[in-house]
Parts: sequence; structure tokens; C-alpha cells
Amino acid sequence: MTDSGFQLKGSVVTTILLEIRSFSLEGIVTQLEQKIAQVPNFFNQAPIIIDLSKMKRGIRIEEFEALIQAISTLGLSVIGWRCDPEALPVWHAQVSIALLPASKARAINMAPVSSDEVSPDVVVKTVVEEKRVPQATKVITKPIRSGQQVYAEGDLIVLTQVSAGAEVLADGNIHVYGALRGRALAGVKGDTEARIFCKSMEAELVSIAGNFMLSDALQKIVWKDSAQVYLTDEQLEVVPL
Amino acid sequence: MAKIIVVTSGKGGVGKTTSSAAIGTGIAMKGHKTVIIDFDVGLRNLDLIMGCERRVVYDFVNVINKEATLSQTLIKDKRTKDLFILPASQTRDKDALTIEGVQEVLEALSKEFDYIICDSPAGIEKGAQMALYFADAAIVVTNPEVSSVRDSDRILGILQSKSKRAEEGKEPIEEHLLLTRYHPERVALGEMLSVSDVEDILAIPLLGVIPESEAVLKASNQGTPVILETESEAGLAYTDAVDRLMGEEKPFRFLEVQKKGFIKRLLGG
Repeated sequence: MTDSGFQLKGSVVTTILLEIRSFSLEGIVTQLEQKIAQVPNFFNQAPIIIDLSKMKRGIRIEEFEALIQAISTLGLSVIGWRCDPEALPVWHAQVSIALLPASKARAINMAPVSSDEVSPDVVVKTVVEEKRVPQATKVITKPIRSGQQVYAEGDLIVLTQVSAGAEVLADGNIHVYGALRGRALAGVKGDTEARIFCKSMEAELVSIAGNFMLSDALQKIVWKDSAQVYLTDEQLEVVPL
Repeated sequence: MAKIIVVTSGKGGVGKTTSSAAIGTGIAMKGHKTVIIDFDVGLRNLDLIMGCERRVVYDFVNVINKEATLSQTLIKDKRTKDLFILPASQTRDKDALTIEGVQEVLEALSKEFDYIICDSPAGIEKGAQMALYFADAAIVVTNPEVSSVRDSDRILGILQSKSKRAEEGKEPIEEHLLLTRYHPERVALGEMLSVSDVEDILAIPLLGVIPESEAVLKASNQGTPVILETESEAGLAYTDAVDRLMGEEKPFRFLEVQKKGFIKRLLGG
């Protein structure tokens, strides 16, 4: 009920950078498919930036648009592109996605995909610009009430309770220094090392990296007592603290 | 500046209007100029509980739409000095309330009154959100049963996120728990949640515990705020709650099962 219905904020997100050395649409698509098949969850709807700055020859806009289309079809989400400012193609203003400024990307040399099968004129190198940005821990001092949802990009610490019907989510660990009566989902971006700690386990649901357990099962293990939840071999372990 | 207190619950039928009437009357009896506003547009009840339904000419929506002035609309209570009622409209719905309109009325009332009690409608939609938006304090009325407690928890979340104080990042609304329709016998049998169960779930300070009492229904039907029934336990419990709201320390009464005497048992009383 304030005057403004939105707030503008700056944000840093981790993205995948697709650095193209030489262009061959089929070659790129085939190799990308193989990469995605290895870790499908990682690539699903992942934001991706196409980098043309390492290209040896020029590329036509039709080719570039076809590439964007092909990558989207693979389930990735192309959010922008980047190019050597000295060699900016004449059609750069007509591209449907955002032109991003060049940055000092930190290349992580990933094992080349079965290099003997790669056709020699195509080399695709996946560069993950920031592998994992350490996110600040979020600390909540008030009870999280029924119907409320709190999400932390790093760890989440709740100093009081999480009421029944409330939901807490974190990319990292979740600590609740009170009763956990609602739902707690740690490692929501797939971090299998994430854990949940609480002073009194009364949860409706606990989940780590998508592996969940409901209160019926929890009641048989630890109930109304301090507990931690972690994952071993895709199996959720609930143990008293 | 007046202190704005919303009486709210989420769930319906837990005793919001009864509590608004009783607490508003109790505060006025202490000599503070008090107005109770019925926010339940379309389901006007406060005037019935206060016994002034025949004196309603204009209503809250008329004031918001500037069809009547505040002084024309406010009904002065006949029993209690310093107490006024601003009735809701029975023919309109919650959409007739606008944030600007409500703000204007509250600002005008703030100049004249010490306390403004907002009797919230049930639910968490527009009507309830309007009633709590400008509040400085909230009395959350809860019955000792799970669904009522769950709904109160939900409304506490809304108080801390959708009120003006929350949006402006000011000191949060002060929260008070009022447990009504408390039945010590049924608690002892395990059929009802106990005071400590509810306190444990909601984690807010306890303002009062009103025992289940025939006096409440009787007073409502007669159009008398139950706090005026000084013979009844419910009336006394509301008096204690008002004292606590004003900052006094009072021991909690009527929480234990009363041992019936031999004669009482003989008479089945």
C-alpha cells in the first residue's frame, strides 16, 4: 500500500558464459547437448551469455539469431551477449537480446568433451564466470508466521520459530533456534551438502536438494527435540543433536 | 495523538466484536476518550452488541464518501461516558473502504480521541487489512483450538508485513494475545488447547484469558458490553485484560478447574 509498487535493486547472479571460438551451428548444438546430458539439472533453464569476442571470423546476424534459438531449444535461457568492442558487428543494435559489457572472465578449464570426436573446426569452451558467489547469511529475528515464506540465497538463520504453514528456503543451510513447525527446504539450488538444524523438530516437511521427508516419517525418528537433517547418497538422514 | 488498536483474529466467530465492545468500554471507564469503529462493512454487528442499533443514522462509509460528518455519525454511548461508536454500513461491502478514506477518518478521530479501537472483520482480505493497516497495537483474539490458532498466526504475519508500520520500517505493531471461550474443564480433559499450548505456538504476550461464560451470550443479546457484567467471570476477566493493556500487572484468573462444592454437585450446578 505504498506509493511505489516496485523497488529497483542491483544484483549479481551466476551465469554460464558460452565462449565461441569458431562458428558451426550443428557442432555447437551437438557438443552442448552432450554437456547438458552430463548434468541436466545444472543447465535446466540456466541463464547463459554468448560471448563472441574470441571469434576469429565475423558472423552474420541470421547465424547469430539461429544460435540463440537453438540454445533456447536446449532448455537454456539466453540473457545476453558480449563481443569485442573493437570488432562490434554492424548489426549489433538489431539483436533481440542485451549486449553486455566485456568483463575479465575467469576461465575454468573443464575437461574437454571427448576431444577425439570433436570436429576440428569447432571448439566450444564453457566458461563459468563465478562458480559460487559466497552469499551473505540471512538472519531472521522474528517468528516466521503461517503463510509467510522466507528465502535466503546463502544460509538462513531463524532465531525464533517457524510456524506451521510457513516455509523457509535457502540455497545453503537452514538453522532454526526455536521450533520448526512449518516447511524447511535447504539446498534448493541442488547443494547436496546443505543441512537443516533445528531446536525442536516439529516440521511439516524437510527437504535437502529436492529430497524430502514429511512429518509422519519425521515423528518416528525425532520429534519435538533438537535435530539435524542431511543427505547421504540421496538418502535423507534425520538425527538427534 | 490517539493510540489505534485493532482487534483481529483471522477466523470468524471467535469473539472480536464482543472483545472490541468490552475493551473499548473498559478503556473509556478509565476516563480515556475512546471510539470503537466497526470495520465489518456489510455485516454490521458492533451496534447490536453495544445496544445502539436503533440510533444508527449515518455510517463509516458515509463519512468516507463525505455524505455525513463525523459528529453526525458518531454515536455516543448512553452507559459509559467518553465512549463513542462509529458503525459500519450494512448495505455496502468492503470495497467501499479506501486506504485514503480510512486514513482521513482516523486522522480526524485522532485529534479528538485518546484511543481508537478498530473492530476487524474476519478473514485476511481487504476489510481485515484496512482495519489493521494503521494500527499501533493489535489484540489478537484466539479460541483454544487449532484452526483458530493457525489463523491467528497468519494474521500476526500480516500485521508484521502489510501494516503501515511494517511498510515504513517503523517500530512494529505491539501484539497482545487474548484467549477467549476458555474452558478449563475441557482443557483438563485434553479436548482444548491450554493457555501454555497457545502461547507456545503464537509466541506473543498474553493480555487476557476470557472463560467461556453464559454471561457473554446473554450480554450480547441484551446489547450490553460484557465488561459491565461485574458479577460474571467473563466480565472480570475483561476488566483484568484492560488493566494489563494499560500497563498494570494482574494475576491471571479463571484458568483452573473450579472444584464444585457438595451442594453445588447435588444441585447439578
